[in-house]
Formats: sequence, structure tokens, C-alpha cells
Amino acid sequence: MSENKLIISADKCVGCTKCVKQCPFAALEMDGKLAVVNDSCTFCGSCVDVCPTKAIILNRAEQKGVDLSAYAGVWVFGEQKNGKIQSVVLELINEGRKLADSLDEKLSVVVLGNDMDAACQELLEYSVDYVLQIDAPELADYAAEPYAKVLSDIVSKRKPSIILAGATSIGRSFLARVAVEVKAGLTADCTGLEICEKMLHQTRPAFGGNIMATILTPNHRPQMATVRHKVFKEATKNGGCGGKIEKIAVDDNKLLTSRTKRIEFITDNETTINIAEADIIVSGGRGMGKPENFALLEELANALGGAVGASRAAVDSGWIPYSHQVGQTGKTVGPKLYIACGISGAIQHMVGMNSSDTIIAINKDPDAPIFEIASFGIVGDVFEVVPELIKAIKNK
Amino acid sequence: MALNIVVCMKQVPDTTEVRINPETNTLIRDGVDSIINPFDTYAIEEAVRLCERVEGSKTTILSMGPPQVESSLKDALSVGADEVVLLSDREFAGADTWATSYTLAAAMKKLKPDLIITGKQAIDGDTAQVGPGIAVHLDMPQVCYVSKIREINDEVAIVERLLEDGHEVVEVKLPAVLTVVKEINEPRLPSLKGKMKAKKTAVTVWTNDDLDTDPECLGLTGSPTQVSKIFSPPKRGGGEMIDGENAQEKAETVVAKLKELQVI
Ligand SMILES: Cc1cc2nc3c(=O)[nH]c(=O)nc-3n(C[C@H](O)[C@H](O)[C@H](O)COP(=O)(O)OP(=O)(O)OC[C@H]3O[C@@H](n4cnc5c(N)ncnc54)[C@H](O)[C@@H]3O)c2cc1C
Ligand SMILES: Nc1ncnc2c1ncn2[C@@H]1O[C@H](COP(=O)(O)O)[C@@H](O)[C@H]1O
Repeated sequence: MSENKLIISADKCVGCTKCVKQCPFAALEMDGKLAVVNDSCTFCGSCVDVCPTKAIILNRAEQKGVDLSAYAGVWVFGEQKNGKIQSVVLELINEGRKLADSLDEKLSVVVLGNDMDAACQELLEYSVDYVLQIDAPELADYAAEPYAKVLSDIVSKRKPSIILAGATSIGRSFLARVAVEVKAGLTADCTGLEICEKMLHQTRPAFGGNIMATILTPNHRPQMATVRHKVFKEATKNGGCGGKIEKIAVDDNKLLTSRTKRIEFITDNETTINIAEADIIVSGGRGMGKPENFALLEELANALGGAVGASRAAVDSGWIPYSHQVGQTGKTVGPKLYIACGISGAIQHMVGMNSSDTIIAINKDPDAPIFEIASFGIVGDVFEVVPELIKAIKNK
Repeated sequence: MALNIVVCMKQVPDTTEVRINPETNTLIRDGVDSIINPFDTYAIEEAVRLCERVEGSKTTILSMGPPQVESSLKDALSVGADEVVLLSDREFAGADTWATSYTLAAAMKKLKPDLIITGKQAIDGDTAQVGPGIAVHLDMPQVCYVSKIREINDEVAIVERLLEDGHEVVEVKLPAVLTVVKEINEPRLPSLKGKMKAKKTAVTVWTNDDLDTDPECLGLTGSPTQVSKIFSPPKRGGGEMIDGENAQEKAETVVAKLKELQVI
């Protein structure tokens, strides 16, 4: 086996430190006037491109891959809960359609569940070529093992080139298992997908949203990605494109066994509206001061027909349950209108809401970073501005 | 009954400080600290608590990374871990989540845990894939986003997992992998006794020679995915600041604008 090697020519290196600054992994250091590589090197090659004297050579070990031409078709995981197809699936259909068209391949939605006839029929009203329906009582609710085993089995047999799933709790943990079972590359939480030279370019935030990275899967198939909710627009019903439902029976019962058992589900009863689905969100941060003040936001949300969200600071203070948290470690939202009240605009908060159509920020600090992304900024005290907003909306 | 628990811990840059220089499009890393992945601190704490709950149990911390990870492993000892193992080898470098979970799983085969606990995700990559990946490599069940371990014995654990719309209560057969969220506990601070122990306890370092692995599955060679480029997130430009004499005027102006734009 050949080995990965990054070679820095001592003759050519002029000690400019450009590579040291470029390296995303802190793998290059200066040893006097010479750049040297350490153990953190991932052989990504970004230093090679910036070196002005071409002193860096990257020898990549040969990678054994698969015969790429044997794989075709774009698959979307048709996540369902209690038999209902989740809205992120419609977003994936919209995006998956574009990918399939640019590859000149077919688009399929894969539905694992039980008695899913009606829901599968409805999916044909979108531009979908096939719905692969796998019904079994064991698949009624998500369970990691049977879901992963069943999908891996079908993937091995049918060889799709791309599989997309929503970056939901289920999608992320489920595809992680499938990717290992079938030895495929999986890119989590993508916000951009594009086909270039037949290859899927997957773009996603990393380092808490401070950086974007584009990821490729050069030698393995399928190319798998989980996709952030609300980044892509939902597909609309257009009468379909003459797609067909294909029922696939699970013939090997072993695939359906599970070592986990769901005992019960406790619904978060404080969440009346799922903020990830809401069209209008009124969010509160540390600036709200105390839990009682969220009633004010509730009133504004009610006047607008929206839901209440929160920053992590508000959630950590115990003012509102975690299910309302917007951001990197909370939910990604993309409403038509997002009103941020007493939220400073930390990067981890903004990655969760910066694709909202219109953003209003209310903050008493004119230098708060949230104003940099707000469509309309109001410098002022939330306790003065919000009541006036409620009045103005009721009077409109 | 005693539990042999292994916690996976990753050392990460403190991402709140990582930035890209917008002019040169390069990373600004000066003064960025290395920390224990915050989610892994909850994993460590939960393991230590289980050891306190179930007598005779042991917590081993396993990390894959360069030699400087030793400092974070010492930190883990000071909050109650019993043993720490570092997987460090040039062969492991450049691993994506596939190769990382493969390598960690290879070490698990030597450690033979009853329970593996990982953080929900690492804050540098945010993938949340390594926990489930380890589970598949070892043919174990997994429960992700665990917010509470209700009961545990040598055969099963009953846990609560945090989902978008509530909590799911799940029974899982052991051995199993659990990934934990921050709701699960409040990590303790290092004790004086812990710090003493950290000083005295040596970090066990394993290279690839200590593991039974297929070289094709390691490091960059074993990684299906590759980073092709990094760049700054596109800036969403700010809009207009609303002027007005007082709150009422500002509120009315903004509501008028929203009506005009047909947002409401
Ligand atoms: C790994 C990691 C993950 C994270 N994930 C998330 C996440 O998912 N979501 C998230 O939100 N955060 C997240 N954070 C936390 C994030 O970094 C910030 O700490 C948090 O978003 C700050 O919340 P805040 O804006 O409410 O509070 P602060 O930053 O304290 O801001 C409060 C703001 O309120 C203003 N204010 C105060 N009083 C008033 C008033 N009377 N009227 C008007 N304005 C007022 C102040 O001027 C200030 O700008 C994460 C952090 C880390 C390290
Ligand atoms: N190099 C590593 N060494 C040890 N544990 C790791 C490593 N990478 C990831 N993990 C574990 O896997 C979890 C999920 O990581 P990730 O899939 O990278 O988001 C982390 O919280 C850690 O517990």
C-alpha cells in the first residue's frame, strides 16, 4: 500500500508562513525559517495551492474504491412519524429532483413504515419517478437497527448514486449507521448541494458555523448527505410526473430484529407549535430578563399567528424549554418573519435562523451583531417596543 | 454487577474563537484553545456517576488524536475517570467519521466495554456520526440523544432520548452505545484528589501496532469523504435601522413596512 505523504522541500520553502496560516487543522508549523508538517495533517491539500514557490507536494495513497458507473439514481429518505411524511421530505424532493435532472437519473423516495399506502400515493403528486415502499410492523416507528439493516440491504442491491435524508434526530442517527454498513461517505447537515462533473459537492457549516466546508466522496458510492431543514424550498404538488409505487418486501426476518424497544413517548406538552414548521417566530434571549417576560412574546406571537423561539441563553436559564431553542444546538428555522428580542446574535444562534426571509431585531445595544443580518433593526428596550408592536399589529 | 464503561472523548478547538480572515480567506487560529469537546464532558460525567451508582464499575476514556490530546485526557482523570487511552499514529491521520469510528471500534475490541458513551456530536465537525458508526462496527445497538439513564443492570438500560417534539423512553440491550445531550447532567469541576490522581496516572498510548486493523480502513485512506475546500460563510447584509422619536413610532413604522412587503 502506498502511503499518504506531505513533502515540504527545504530548498524551495522560503518561510513565508502562508501554508501555516492556510492549514485548517493546525498541522503546519514553522521550524525556524522552514515549514514542517505535524501529526494533525489530514492531507487535504489546501496548503499545496497557497504555496507561492510550489515547495509542497502531496502524495495521496491510492484509494480502493468501487466501480462508480455501477451506481445510479437519487434517493430521498421519506421520513415519517406516526405515518405522516415529514415536511423536510418535500424539501428533499425539490432538491433531489434538480440533482437527478442534472445527472439524468431517476428520483426515488424510500418510505419505511407500516400501512403507508395512502401516504405513498400522495407522494406521486410531486415530481417523483418512484416511491419505494417498504411496509412491516417492525418499521412502524423508527428503530435504529431494523431501519439501517433494511435500507442497507436495498442499497446494496439497487446501488443508488446519492441518498439524501433530513438532518433530523432520526435522519442523522439512521444514515450514520447505513453509511458504515455499506461503506459510503456521509456528510452531515448540508446547506448546499450541487453536481459538478457528475460528483455531488456537499457544502456544510463547520466549526460552529464560523466556516463553510465543501465535501466530496471521490471513490465510494452512494454519496450520502443529511440536509438541514428549511434550507431548501418545499416541492409543490404538480400532478406528478407519472411516477410509480414499488412495494419491496423484506424477505429476511433477521433484518427486522432490534435490540432496542420503545416503551413510551412523552410529548413535550409545552410546545404547542413546532417552531421548525412555523411561518412566523418571535424569539427571546437573555435580554428578556426573566421567565414571566416571555408572556409578552407569547402575546406578540399570538397577534401574528406565530410561535415563540429562544436563544440558548434563555433556555439555559430555564425560562423556556429546550424544544424552543434556535441555533446550532437547537433547531434550524426558516420562517417568513423572525423577530429577535433581546438576542445579541452569537454565530451559534444566527446559523439557526439566518435563512429567514425577513428578520427584525430589537436590542438596546446599537452594536449588537444581530443588526448585521437584520432586515429591520430597532434600537430600543424590548419592554417598550414589543407592547407597541402588539398595539400596532392589532390596529392594522 | 459491575459495568465496564468506555467514554469516547475528542479534543477540539474552541470553535467560538475560530474565524476566517475575510481578506485572505484563511483560518485565524491564533490563541484558539484546545478543549474537551463540550458534549463529551457530559459523557464523562455520566460514566463517573454510573460508577458511583454501580459498585465495582470502571470508566475508561478513549480518544484518537495527536499526542497533545494527553492534556485533555489528564483533565478527564481529574474529574473522576479511572483510566485513559490515547490512539495516536500517523496512520490514523485524516480520518473522517467512517475511519474514526472504525479505529475507535478496533480499540473497543480490546477494552470490551458493557457500555460505550459518546457525546452527541463534536463541535468542530458537528457530524454526530461517530457514535452510531462505532455501534455498527461492533454490531451493537445504539440510542442517540440520551437525556437520562433511568435504570441500568448488566443486561439492559432504560433511557430517555430527547427528540424534536418530546422524550422517547427506550429499553436497550447491553452492550450498547449511548450518545448524550447536555440535559443529562451538570459536569463537576476537578477535585484536588482528582488532580493528584491525574498527575500520577499515566496515559496509555496505543499505536496501530496495538490494534488489529485493516490498513485500507485507516486515516485518509479509509475515509470515503474528503474536504475539498473551506471558505467563510456568505454574509447576509444588514438592512435598515428604523428611526423614530419613541418606541411607538418605531413600532408603527416597522409594522407598516411589513404590511407593505406583505409579510403580515
Ligand atoms: C457549542 C455551542 C453551541 C451553542 N448553540 C447555541 C444555539 O443553538 N442557540 C443559541 O442561541 N446559542 C447557542 N450557543 C450560545 C451562544 O454562543 C450565545 O451565548 C447565546 O446565543 C447568547 O444568547 P442571547 O443572545 O440571548 O444572550 P446575550 O448574548 O447575553 O445577549 C442578550 C442581548 O440582549 C440585549 N438586551 C438586554 N436587555 C435588553 C432590553 N431590555 N431590551 C432590548 N435588548 C436587551 C443585550 O444588549 C444583548 O445584546 C452555543 C454556544 C456554544 C459554545
Ligand atoms: N477522534 C475521536 N476520538 C475519540 N472520540 C471521538 C473522536 N471523534 C469523535 N468522537 C466521539 O464521537 C462523538 C461524535 O463525534 P462527531 O461524529 O465527530 O460529531 C464525540 O462527541 C466523541 O464522543
